[in-house]
Amino acid sequence: MSLFERILFVLAGLFIVLNWGLIMTGIIRKIIARVGMRRGIKVYQPYINLVKNFSIRSQLSHGVMFYLGPVFRLSGGVGIFLFMPMIYGSEYWTNFSFTGDLILISYFMFFGMLGMALGAGEGGHPYSAIGVSRGLAQFTAIELPLTLAILSIAIQYHTISLTEIVAAQQGGIRNWTLVTNPLATAAAMLSFLGAMGHSPFNVVMAPQENPIGPPTEYHGTFLGVLQTNRAILHVVEAVLYMNLFFGGATNWGTLILKTFLIYFWSVFVGMVFPRFRVDQSIPWLLKIPLAIGILAIIIFMI
Amino acid sequence: MSEKKDIPEDMFLAPENRKHTVTGPDGEVIHVDPLNDYFCQDLPKVEAPYKGVLEKFLNWARAESLWVLAYGTGCGSIELPPLFSPRFDAYRFGVMMRPTPRQSGVLIISGYLAVKTLKRAIRSYEQMQNPKYVIALGSCTINGGMYFDSYNTINRLDHYLPVDVYIAGCMPRPEAILAGFNKLKERIKSGNAEGANHYAENLEWYKANQKKIIKDWNMPTYNW
Amino acid sequence: MNEIIEHIKKRFPVYEIGEGPNGVILMSVEASRLVPMLTSLKTNHGYSILVILSTVDWLEDCKFQLTYIVNNPEEKRDLGIRVFIQREDAEMESIHTLWEHAATFQREIKEMFGINFPGSPGVDDQFLLEGWDNKPPMRRDFDTKKYAEETFFPRPGRETNDPAAYMKQKLYPDE
Repeated sequence: MSLFERILFVLAGLFIVLNWGLIMTGIIRKIIARVGMRRGIKVYQPYINLVKNFSIRSQLSHGVMFYLGPVFRLSGGVGIFLFMPMIYGSEYWTNFSFTGDLILISYFMFFGMLGMALGAGEGGHPYSAIGVSRGLAQFTAIELPLTLAILSIAIQYHTISLTEIVAAQQGGIRNWTLVTNPLATAAAMLSFLGAMGHSPFNVVMAPQENPIGPPTEYHGTFLGVLQTNRAILHVVEAVLYMNLFFGGATNWGTLILKTFLIYFWSVFVGMVFPRFRVDQSIPWLLKIPLAIGILAIIIFMI
Repeated sequence: MSEKKDIPEDMFLAPENRKHTVTGPDGEVIHVDPLNDYFCQDLPKVEAPYKGVLEKFLNWARAESLWVLAYGTGCGSIELPPLFSPRFDAYRFGVMMRPTPRQSGVLIISGYLAVKTLKRAIRSYEQMQNPKYVIALGSCTINGGMYFDSYNTINRLDHYLPVDVYIAGCMPRPEAILAGFNKLKERIKSGNAEGANHYAENLEWYKANQKKIIKDWNMPTYNW
Repeated sequence: MNEIIEHIKKRFPVYEIGEGPNGVILMSVEASRLVPMLTSLKTNHGYSILVILSTVDWLEDCKFQLTYIVNNPEEKRDLGIRVFIQREDAEMESIHTLWEHAATFQREIKEMFGINFPGSPGVDDQFLLEGWDNKPPMRRDFDTKKYAEETFFPRPGRETNDPAAYMKQKLYPDE
């Protein structure tokens, strides 16, 4: 396959992921509304919001970093996508995955946050600074158990290539990491709750409250880019967890079903539990998931 | 009390907004005029809408995605939270509360507006970005309502901000507010809701009215 | 209750003792004796809470009436003390030393009635009115309706009608 073809398929994959992300957001919000006995938004409301945000006529800037913040955030999400093998066994949908892609992807997960922190800091709004400091502190705590789980898997399968990890899990549910390495799965799925930004770990954005967090000053196209990124990011992070623990996907149908269920796990927990303060969430993440993660490594070291 | 004293120009400015000098670390003296240095002094421009089908499509999107600034001025603000409860559920109309004026497109003036609050409402309105709409709740915003002879409550909101939809009542029930949202949607879809451009065109008239009653004007002419 | 009133009567020149709504005992005292009296009530008789400090403008008598209502939480009893001061250059002794929150009441009264309380913290700061340059608005010689009509662009079509005259004109237009 020529490079041109590959790029074409990457763009097509990005298009599918973006649309699935937007629709998934709509479906999830619909489900949340039904839980609260409401009718809820239209399923295609995220599209309307996106169009509306891109159609804002006047926009302000606070400087260069203010422009670059959403761009960095978007490149974080797209970066994860670029090196993520989406469909196992397919020649077309493996994107640019290579032998060490797992390390690069876990780097990209933090990259977007840092870019956003710079941009939001230049916005100058105090709520942005509060949101950014909360977000970075909490995300560090989220990364630790996830990294331990990834290390555990790397030790287990003797590889840091996502394709090979997925390949090792083929052949039925008994070969999934979920079964062969339940401790790493538990640690990572607990940290996943934090990564998705739903309650109990949504103090960073604190939606519908005064401090909306980092994007306080972002509007119009900036916000549209952030929304685009969030749709992509939710799907690709779910795909990462799917590849690591739930046997990957061999076609788009499986991928959509599995990512929805994985994402729904964080929503499900969020519907049941109230919000942690940041001084509660970080100790919690550093206690239970971290302990499980260390256990997952020790078992394979022995 | 009643006689006017000689008022210095920066009398109403907050101390940190007055002109002052700062000495740098190597002894240089820097003159700071915060109103000019920290705030944008530009005036708003008329942003011409697109023409034809494209603008119709964008107006449809704007109408179906109304992001309301969560800001209450009077007694009407207590009628807004029920809108998002299961009984009324404004989300199904694409209405959503946003906590920051930058991201919101609709400003609801909910009830009587004291002069002190008007100043904040103007600041919030001006920080919103161009396609922006104002909904005025209650008779107080129409003609003063029961506060028509108050020394501190404005009578007609449309002299200070371009109002798109008035919702009569004292106070209007959430059903009436939902009807008002639908009215606003019709207005946006028909392309008549160009309040922001109207405000930019008639800025002098609006500013004269505003400055007539806000006597301690201690902010830039237009708060970006 | 009567003991306290008798006790106060002995020490302070109170007059016009009467009963207000909800069993509040109201009494008047000379302005100069107010602070010693409140101090005594607070320290000796358990009236430890200042409930409200309000003002009435007696325009015809050229006087302001200040009403201090204090509460005894143990006996669950209120006591109202009235003070009359001159309307011209009105000034009153501050009681923020007895109750800190009195400073807020006094700041509001200064703004709304123009009564000065020298020494009260922040008494000259703006409270509700920002940049007010007219007569204090709660004074009765301040015509709020005229001020509102001049300032706030009244919407036309808001004439009020005397109901009797209006109905008569509507039902019997010929008479």
